[in-house]
Amino acid sequence: MRGWFLPLAVAFGFIFLYAPIISLVVFSFNESRLVTVWGGFSTRWYGELLRDRQILGAAWVSLQVAFASATLATIIGTLGAFVLTRFSSFTGRLLLTGMITAPLVMPEVITGLSLLLLFVSMEMTLGWPAGRGLPTIIIAHTTFCAAFVAVIAQSRLRSMDESLEEAARDLGAGPVRVFFDITLPVIAPALVAGWLLAFTLSLDDLVIASFVSGPGASTLPMVIFSKVRLGVSPDINALATIIIGFVLVAVVIAGWLMRRGMRQGE
Amino acid sequence: MSAGNALTRSAPWRGTAWVMGKLGFSGRSLVIAIPMLWLGVFFLAPFFVLGRISLAEALIARPPYTPLFDRAPDGSLQIIASLENYRFLMTDALYRNAYLSSIRVALVSTIFALLIGYPIAYYIARAPEPKRSVLLLMVILPFWTSFLLRVYAWMGFLRSNGVINNTLMSLGLIDSPIQMMQTDFAVYIGIVYTYLPFMILPLYANLTKLDGALLEAASDLGASPMVTFFTVTLPLSLPGIVAGSMLVFIPAIGEYVIPALLGGPDTLMIGRVLWDEFFSSRDWPVASAVAIVMLVLVVAPIMWLQSVQNRREEG
Repeated sequence: MRGWFLPLAVAFGFIFLYAPIISLVVFSFNESRLVTVWGGFSTRWYGELLRDRQILGAAWVSLQVAFASATLATIIGTLGAFVLTRFSSFTGRLLLTGMITAPLVMPEVITGLSLLLLFVSMEMTLGWPAGRGLPTIIIAHTTFCAAFVAVIAQSRLRSMDESLEEAARDLGAGPVRVFFDITLPVIAPALVAGWLLAFTLSLDDLVIASFVSGPGASTLPMVIFSKVRLGVSPDINALATIIIGFVLVAVVIAGWLMRRGMRQGE
Repeated sequence: MSAGNALTRSAPWRGTAWVMGKLGFSGRSLVIAIPMLWLGVFFLAPFFVLGRISLAEALIARPPYTPLFDRAPDGSLQIIASLENYRFLMTDALYRNAYLSSIRVALVSTIFALLIGYPIAYYIARAPEPKRSVLLLMVILPFWTSFLLRVYAWMGFLRSNGVINNTLMSLGLIDSPIQMMQTDFAVYIGIVYTYLPFMILPLYANLTKLDGALLEAASDLGASPMVTFFTVTLPLSLPGIVAGSMLVFIPAIGEYVIPALLGGPDTLMIGRVLWDEFFSSRDWPVASAVAIVMLVLVVAPIMWLQSVQNRREEG
């Protein structure tokens, strides 16, 4: 593995990772409608994107869904993780363990189809949910994102110093107070990470949303997919470039904050 | 005043707690009940509905399947359930081929991901500190952008008049474009590209734990770097290889988006068959039967394997 082979393999790997993204960004500034033939520099696709009501509307739907389901998933995932790490035995412990880890390996097509069938049966027998749209997408995303939050919260709850909780209990705090004053502040960074992961997972999901959404509610991936299916289109390149820009800025800010935090820690 | 203190002293809280206590609910059972109920209703119950509809027949109606209970002509309640859909899945070669080819595509992609990911993980694990963090970030960075758009990027790359073909033709290496889109090759690329960090990160985590003294010992005893790698490093990194491969193989097998966008009409994958059965043929019962068979043949073994692996790690 020494010598020329390893650097060459690594260089190839990074070209593989970045070349498609770089070409995507470059061709978003292309004047020509043909995505892969250079026709001069232009920002016209960004203008068209900003006038595209369908894409802007779908982006708003996606943000609402992602915000709501990340928040709900963080609450449910944290409760699940707390129950599994702090309550040693209760009826249904095995069932809860299974239900909280299974969504991680469940193919999206199965999760989507089975949830849709549940919603349809519930509508017939209970009358709720009447039709499908934002609420059903939020429920579906909450369910699969909660599993990811639970994994993160569980590892943090396991590694934290439980004597802190014991000390608070010995000093007379009730379980609710111990949770809100000791446990929650300690695991808060992990929960922020979990919320962010759930938010991105929800923003990224196409398959589950396609199954459980109704005619009125299309998320951004659903709109992108229906456009992209017909072939490449330059305004999608522009959209991708904007998203990549957002991610880069977020990473730079996060890196700067972390560095500052570390310096203050010293 | 602390948040927990304010909460437990507030009047609404005390009132609710008192009423709950009188009704025989403890706080503990309530805390257990919330995740239990949510997942029970929205994760577990759907599978029962799925199983029940897989036994129904397709109807042109709303909903498009026969009810489980129906009134017989004499007014008695009868249960209508048939295994017809499952018999259909077993007799029609399309479905068998789709399951087999999903496993093949997932397996081939996993091997390619391992071949590309291993050198990167190895290199990052040996790199000195500031460089190591930067490289690690560079591996993860593309995967914070949208998954769909990353697959889309490859569409622009692999098309007949795409970047690769245009470059090769302008260099004079080929005369006519190579057909890359709508082939199994494009699907492999899409899957490897999408899931590569899932391969690299566990491998990296494993390789950083590797004891350098072992490598020194091997070379002191006269082993060439090649021999050292194959007799020491590779066997010791086996847990990382297994973990990374599982993380690629599991999502690849049920993949829908990648074969739909990059694959051709003959790229059979079970996720795509299920999708088409549901959205194009509108045959909900057959789609449900496909899902149930997928659960039994693919998901159940994977979950069993994972639980075995977890137990081994804990033990």
